[in-house]
Amino acid sequence: MPIASNIRRLADKVREINARYREPQIEMSRAVRMALMALRIYLLLLVCLIVYKFVLILN
Amino acid sequence: MNLFSRFYYEFRRYWKAVQLYLVIAGPGLVVMVADNDAGGITTYAATGAKYGYNLIWFLLILIPVAYYVQEMTVRLGAVTKRGHAEAIFDGFGAFWGWFSLIDLFIVDWLTLVTEFIGMTSALNIFGVPPWVTVVGVTFLMGMMVINGRYWTWEKIALLFCALNLIYIPGAFMVHPAVSEIIKEGLVPNWPGGFNGQLFFFLMANIGTTIAPWMLFFQQSAVVDKGMLEKDIPWGKFDTFLGSLLTVVVAIFIVVVTGTVLKGVDIDSASQAAEQLTKTNHWVGTFMAIGLFDAGLLGAICISLASSWAFGEIFGWAHSLNTKIREAPWFYASYFLTLVTAGLVVLIPGAPLVLITLFVQVVAVTLLPAALVFLLLLLNDKKHMGAYCNTLTENLIGGFIVVAIVVLSTLYGISTLFPNMFQ
Repeated sequence: MPIASNIRRLADKVREINARYREPQIEMSRAVRMALMALRIYLLLLVCLIVYKFVLILN
Repeated sequence: MNLFSRFYYEFRRYWKAVQLYLVIAGPGLVVMVADNDAGGITTYAATGAKYGYNLIWFLLILIPVAYYVQEMTVRLGAVTKRGHAEAIFDGFGAFWGWFSLIDLFIVDWLTLVTEFIGMTSALNIFGVPPWVTVVGVTFLMGMMVINGRYWTWEKIALLFCALNLIYIPGAFMVHPAVSEIIKEGLVPNWPGGFNGQLFFFLMANIGTTIAPWMLFFQQSAVVDKGMLEKDIPWGKFDTFLGSLLTVVVAIFIVVVTGTVLKGVDIDSASQAAEQLTKTNHWVGTFMAIGLFDAGLLGAICISLASSWAFGEIFGWAHSLNTKIREAPWFYASYFLTLVTAGLVVLIPGAPLVLITLFVQVVAVTLLPAALVFLLLLLNDKKHMGAYCNTLTENLIGGFIVVAIVVLSTLYGISTLFPNMFQ
C-alpha cells in the first residue's frame, strides 16, 4: 500500500518538525507575549467574521 | 594629467560599485516589480480611471512603505541564512509556523490563479486561447528553473521586470498634460471629498503594495542567492530601487487610464486594455502586454515562495542552484502549484470572480501575522546581533506595520461586506 506508507511517512515527518520546533527560540519578553496574544485575538475575530459572512450567504 | 588620472580613478571607483551592485541586484528588484502583478495593474488602472491623476501623491507615499517592510527581510535573510517560514517556526514554535505555512500555501495558490486569470485575459485580446497561454506559461516557467542555476533564473526574471516598463512609453503616447499631472497629482487632495469609495481605493492601493508572499519570497531569495552581512547595504539599495520602480510604473499606469479613461468604471486591467485599444491601438496593446508580463512575474515569484517555504520546513533540498533530480520535492511542489492553478482557469464556469475576492480575505489572515513576526524577529538580539532594529527603525516599521494591518484588514472586511464603505 504505497499511499498508506506515504501518509505514514508524512505524519512521521510532521511529528519530527513539531518536535524540532517545540520550543520558541525567540526570547519571550512581555512585549512578545502581548503581541502574540493580540495576534490570536485578531485572528479569532477575523475567523468569526468570515463564519458570520458564510452563515449570511447560506441564509 | 593629474586631472585625467583623478577622473579615471573616480570612474573606476564608480564602475566597480556598479559592477558590485549588478552582482547583488535581484531579489529586491524582482519582488518589488512582481508586486505590480495582475491584481496590482487592475487596481492602478481602476484608480486612474476613477480619480484621474489625483491620487498620484498617495502612490508616492507607498515608496517608503514598501521599502521599510521589505528591507527587513534582507537583513533577516542575510544574517540568519534562513527563509521567513523557517524563521517563524524557529522563533515562535510549531503552532505559528504551521499557521503561517498553510496560510501562505493557500494565499499563494489563490493568488497564482488570479495571475493566470490576468495572463489569459491579456492574451485573449490578441486572440490567443486560454489553454495555449496556460501551457505556454507553464513551459516557460519550467525552462526558467530547469537548468539548476539561481543566477540564470534571476536574470530572466529581471528581463521580464524590464518589460514592466512598457507602461512608460504608453503614457507618453496618450500625451498627458504635464502641468495637470503636477497640479492635480503632486498636491495631496481627496478627490470628491473623503468618502467610502475613495477610502476603498486607498485601501486597495495599499493592499496591492505589500502582500504576504513578498516577505517570504525576498527572504528566501536572499538566502538562495547567498547574500552575506556585508551585502546588506547593496541589498537595501536594491530594495529601494525596486520600490521606486514599482511606484513609478504604477504612476504611469494611472497617467494612461487617467488621461484616456477618466470617468469610466474599470473592473479589470484587460477591460482597460480593450477600452484603450478603441482610442489608441498601441497604448491598448502595451497595456495588454504589460498585464501579461505582470501576471507572469507574479506567477514566477509566488510559485517559488511556496516551494522555498515548504523546502525549508520539510528539510528538502530547496535551491534553484540544484538540479531537478537533486531537489525533486522542491520542483514537484513548484510545478504542482503552477499546473493546478493554471487548470482552474481552464475549468468552464469556475468561480474566478469569487477566487479573486477570496484572495484578499485570506491574505488579511496572514499579512498581519507575517508583519508582526517580522518586527519581532528583527528585535531578536540573540540572532540578529548588530543588525537588530534600531529605535528609529522600530518606530518607522511599527507605524507602517500598524497602518498596513488596519487598512488591509478593513480592505479584507470590505470585500466580505461590499456596502460597508459605499
